[in-house]
Amino acid sequence: MSMPFYVSPEQLMKDKADYARKGISRGRSVVVLAYDKGIAFVAENPQSLRKISEIYDRIAFAAVGMYYEFENLRVAGIRYADLRGYSYDRSDVSARGLANAYAQTLGTVFTQEPKPYEIEIVVAEVGQDEDHDQLYRLTYDGSVADQHGFVVMGGTIAQSAELLRERWKKGLTLGGALSLAVDALALDPAGGPARTILADQLEVAVLDRQRPRRTFRRLGGQLLTDLLSSDSPVHDAPSTDGPPGHHGLLTGDDARPTDAARTPETPGTEQPSDPEARADDEGS
Amino acid sequence: MTPQLLPGGRTLPPGSSIDAPHGTTIVAVQFAGGVLMAGDRRATMGNLIANRDMEKVFAADEYSVVGIAGTAGLAIELVKLYQVELEHYEKIEGTLMSVEGKANRLASMIRGNLAMAMQGLAVVPLFAGYDSRDRAGRIYSYDVTGGCYREHDHHSVGSGSLFARGALKKLWRPDMDEAGAVRIAVEALYDAADDDSATGGPDLGRRIWPTLAVVDVDGARFLTDDVLGEVALQIVADRRDNPGGAR
Repeated sequence: MSMPFYVSPEQLMKDKADYARKGISRGRSVVVLAYDKGIAFVAENPQSLRKISEIYDRIAFAAVGMYYEFENLRVAGIRYADLRGYSYDRSDVSARGLANAYAQTLGTVFTQEPKPYEIEIVVAEVGQDEDHDQLYRLTYDGSVADQHGFVVMGGTIAQSAELLRERWKKGLTLGGALSLAVDALALDPAGGPARTILADQLEVAVLDRQRPRRTFRRLGGQLLTDLLSSDSPVHDAPSTDGPPGHHGLLTGDDARPTDAARTPETPGTEQPSDPEARADDEGS
Repeated sequence: MTPQLLPGGRTLPPGSSIDAPHGTTIVAVQFAGGVLMAGDRRATMGNLIANRDMEKVFAADEYSVVGIAGTAGLAIELVKLYQVELEHYEKIEGTLMSVEGKANRLASMIRGNLAMAMQGLAVVPLFAGYDSRDRAGRIYSYDVTGGCYREHDHHSVGSGSLFARGALKKLWRPDMDEAGAVRIAVEALYDAADDDSATGGPDLGRRIWPTLAVVDVDGARFLTDDVLGEVALQIVADRRDNPGGAR
């Protein structure tokens, strides 16, 4: 009869934590940060498997690590929020409740399963004003931290966190916040020169506190390029939405993407771009 | 237990049914570039008016609307669940459900209510959505068993639907614009209210007008009371000395 080797609980937990940390640090980072009109999520993620997702009216989710593990939690979170909102009221769904539910799951998996989840999650809720924004960071072992202002997670983050600590301040514009996030993502952990990250390599979304009901919007296309460029006058997301089939994606393009695919361009028929939709919100 | 004692086998005593508010007439009209849906505001309970300003047309999601006729409590609950399901799908999948998908999902929810419908608590919705591939509005009607039927041009459900449908047949023209479609939808409800006691007409004293939602390329939106009031008052004025609306 074979006897299992004795492993002390301390050692067991430490091994699991090391394993999870190693997995998380292999990926690319995600930055979540507050700006004057909401909360922005920025990930270097050129593929269509999303790291950022809408959960509910004012709540969104960002994750790093193993895709299938956080995808499980994302779906569970949406189910949790939709069920709450249906049973009670839309206003009764909170990020804190969701963060607690996630913490339970992560903690249980960490202690009881042979392999811990190699993921880190941020659950964010946009409030009525900047002081009421909430950012919760959840790690592989189920611990929850209430963060203020910004979070960077995944990959090698020491330098990015340092940069954000120096440059993040209350009241950044969306353009300023996105540029800061991209600067943080572009840092080379080995200390070399910063990389260049183009707009199409990014997955960017916002929770925009000015919108009624569902506040989550993805940003892409020309709008994102303009927001990231320092010499463009665009610092803010438009307040109107794009065409159908692209719900929740703001690109700043008035030409409907399906048009280009279906009908050949006739010169002189393109719609003038709406200056109202793109202009910065003056004075507010 | 004998089979007839099981809940499904029990029937209500003849002549009696549960007194619950019922919603009445809904019309849907296609026009160039979209579709609209309008509903009267009355809910009845037997011979009584249970509610004068009930809303029976709801936005199911950003590009579709659903109107309900039948037992109000069940119908509103069904719409609430339907809205949650569409939003849930959208968030999980990261894309909108197709119009057919939405129509089919509603059909299976109606089918789930069949046992209640057999006991007299039927819910019959009307669904209208914007198809971004065809760039046109679409209308789907249902029966109590969950049958889902694509309708063309216009349709109506509810107790006053016979009269509303008759009116729409005479008033609808291909390629109407939105304003024209709004006018004939409100007019069809006026005709339904004229002949069906369970359908409410425009209430001039209380300033209660029909609910009307338009779905087009920009999504679903409800017309304001000011706009609808103007349309309703115009129809009332036009019908003076011409109660049938002959033209």
